Amino acid sequence: MKFLQDLMFNKIRPNFEKGGKFEKYYPAYEAMETFAFTPPHATHTGAHIRDAIDLKRTMFFVVIALIPSLLFGMWNTGHQYYLSIGEFTGLADGLVDKLIFGAIRVLPLVVVSYVVGLGIEFGIAVVKNHSVNEGYLVSGMLIPLVLPSELPLWMAAVATAFAVVIGKEVFGGTGMNILNPALTARAFLFFAYPTKMSGNMVWIPQETGMATVDGYTGETLLSQAYNSSAGSNFGDIAYNAAGQPFGSLADTMWASFWGWIPGSIGETSVFAILLGAAFLLYTGIGSWRIMLSFLVGGLSMSMLFNAWGANAFMAVDPVQQLLMGGFMFGMVFMATDPVSAAQTSTGKWIYGFFAGFLGIMIRVFNPAYPEGIMMGILFMNVMAPLIDHYVVQANINRRMKRAKVATA
Amino acid sequence: MPKNVKIRRGADIKLDGAAERIKGDIAFPSSFAIKPTDFHGLTPKMVLKEGAEVKAGQEIFHDKYNERVKFTSPVSGEIAEIVRGAKRRILEVRIVPDKDQKFESFDVSDTSSAEKVKQLLMSSGFWPMIKQRPYDVIANPESKPKSIFVSAFDSAPLAPDYDFILHGDKEAFQTGLNALGKLTDGKVHLNSRPGASADTVFAAANGVEKNTISGPHPAGNTGIQIHHIDPINKGELVWTVNAQSVAMIGRFLMTGKADFSKTIALAGSEVEKPRYMTTIIGASMKTLTDGQISAGDNRIISGNVLTGDNAGAEGYLGYYHDAVTVIPEGKEPQFLGWLAMNFNKFSLSRAYFSWMMPGKKFRLNTNQNGEDRAFVMSGQYESVLPMDIYPVHLIKAIMTNDIEKMEVLGIYEVAPEDLALCEYACTSKTPVQEILRGGLDLAQKELG
Repeated sequence: MKFLQDLMFNKIRPNFEKGGKFEKYYPAYEAMETFAFTPPHATHTGAHIRDAIDLKRTMFFVVIALIPSLLFGMWNTGHQYYLSIGEFTGLADGLVDKLIFGAIRVLPLVVVSYVVGLGIEFGIAVVKNHSVNEGYLVSGMLIPLVLPSELPLWMAAVATAFAVVIGKEVFGGTGMNILNPALTARAFLFFAYPTKMSGNMVWIPQETGMATVDGYTGETLLSQAYNSSAGSNFGDIAYNAAGQPFGSLADTMWASFWGWIPGSIGETSVFAILLGAAFLLYTGIGSWRIMLSFLVGGLSMSMLFNAWGANAFMAVDPVQQLLMGGFMFGMVFMATDPVSAAQTSTGKWIYGFFAGFLGIMIRVFNPAYPEGIMMGILFMNVMAPLIDHYVVQANINRRMKRAKVATA
Repeated sequence: MPKNVKIRRGADIKLDGAAERIKGDIAFPSSFAIKPTDFHGLTPKMVLKEGAEVKAGQEIFHDKYNERVKFTSPVSGEIAEIVRGAKRRILEVRIVPDKDQKFESFDVSDTSSAEKVKQLLMSSGFWPMIKQRPYDVIANPESKPKSIFVSAFDSAPLAPDYDFILHGDKEAFQTGLNALGKLTDGKVHLNSRPGASADTVFAAANGVEKNTISGPHPAGNTGIQIHHIDPINKGELVWTVNAQSVAMIGRFLMTGKADFSKTIALAGSEVEKPRYMTTIIGASMKTLTDGQISAGDNRIISGNVLTGDNAGAEGYLGYYHDAVTVIPEGKEPQFLGWLAMNFNKFSLSRAYFSWMMPGKKFRLNTNQNGEDRAFVMSGQYESVLPMDIYPVHLIKAIMTNDIEKMEVLGIYEVAPEDLALCEYACTSKTPVQEILRGGLDLAQKELG
């Protein structure tokens, strides 16, 4: 490794150091070097030993947790396409074809997200002369996974730029942002280009001149639940994108759990998401408090709606409600962002509960579009500092009370 | 009523090289130093010049703002050098010891009143062993604390075992406790681990409130103990004294001889035979570590790995330290280190495998294991600080110089050592102890 280090860094380092030719690009150089070799920084103040964990590993582990969703998303993109043209309609058929087709659709989005996002991060780091933060490693993977596979690449690029600049850098970069950057990108697209983010035609890849099979709708389950007439039983009428009924609630749940239904790239498979969740919980990087309270919040709202039952969407089985759409993805990967979530333990319970609770509420009440998890989480991102404020204030009040007792 | 406290949050970092419970022999150090920098916030006023002869217990400098608090030589000899740093700040006063040690003698026949005890301790150089909370500085002799805390154990990694160090010092320890008892109207709290077969020196102590506290480090820190047993409110003072210092004070009050010898642990993965040894405050590291540590780039720490000072091979044992810890420096870059398995690294998170090896003792180096970043992760500090305090919010209040916030968030109750584990655990490598010390200084200046 020594020769590699000499070759790659030691020779060119003087150019980037103070007085070197490319002195002002030092942050960009440093990011590259520390990525390849953990820096030889020894502790100089305080504790002489430090925990082995650092932000690079933390962020990279979240990316690992996202890989099942990414792979499944690629397959599902291909699967939905072949389903729409009536080929390889069986789940096990054409695995390689589906993966390749999906990869061709999905990977460009991933590349665009990373190139644009990291480009801006490096640029800002150079201009402001601070080191590049690893936070974008995760955002860069989250952004494509919450987009429909049919989104034009330039829109993804614009949304990414918006998220990084307005969502994060204006506040001072990773660690200072109020909103989850990946959700900021999605919210931007949602309001700027609604026709590309909702409706029935954005979830399934379209090829020019392709003929869809008879009865094909491309409708997501959420859209079906939203549009079904009052009094109908969702479990009995739900159908897949090709218009074939699932037959029963159990089968609908089964399909939602495994994820061979239309939806954003990474959100459909609850199974893949739970694999990621297991990894995050095992390593302790994802907050179990937020995940659990989010689940409880979503379930509570769904059950309340169930009891109310004013329309078919409210009457959807609570478990089915949580398996559909972006609920699970939001719970595991979005709500748990440590920067935009509440930071105190008590705060995390409140934050997670209401993010899930409001997510389902907005999903069902939203007059324009049958999903609300993104809004629920973004709203609670904004509320998180307020929650923390009151939690900390309670601590302060306890201390004040103790002081009064002591002086009395 | 004695309290039995159980704490759950915290962490024991298991390091290789714990001192074996035997006392080794060591040559009489060839050089000593008394370092004004050991006493935070002190402005020293020199009394003696280079070349002067001193006896053990004779004043070398005193506190510029309180002449009664004197800092004395730990040995007899000649003041060889006064080492100064930037702005002529005095860093070290080096003393070359005599062959035959001569001690200043004090009349200790009357220790009946607080004032007499104080006067004796201040004139002999033992007073700085008493520290005060808030602010973690030398106790102000004009004040009166509501209670005094002595911890009978140190829970830090590779920390010395006071049961072993003080074994047989029952009388001196009790004399020290009695003297402390005169300095407060409240109680003297002696806190030990429950169930542990505490040495008779602690078990037999009387005239004190004996509490127990169980759990991982920092259970042994007086800051944590105070928080759970008799918390500090605004305007209140608590004094703390290290267990061995109590015995040293006691020994002085029994004999009148300014004897600064103490038992320290020589520990750490780079020490060939980690064990205890008896030496004197301010002894040179050269003598303490000569021929005892492995070759290579090592960090010689006066104190423990979390809170000690980087003394270096040419440095001296700090006034407050009961251990010398030697660990390897970590200045080697590692290829894709953030990705590697790193079975030899320790982490409180489960992103490494160390949590699966609960029995393993780690040989950790001084690598920072990452770069400085803004706060990103949450909950890490809280999980290693067993206090009802929000450490991240406190640190942020200090970073923004928000004194009112610091005050209500509990800055009176903490010392840098209490948050050392937060610094250890921090993913963003925030220099917590340094920031907290800055906050304490600011609070002391503004709030008094």
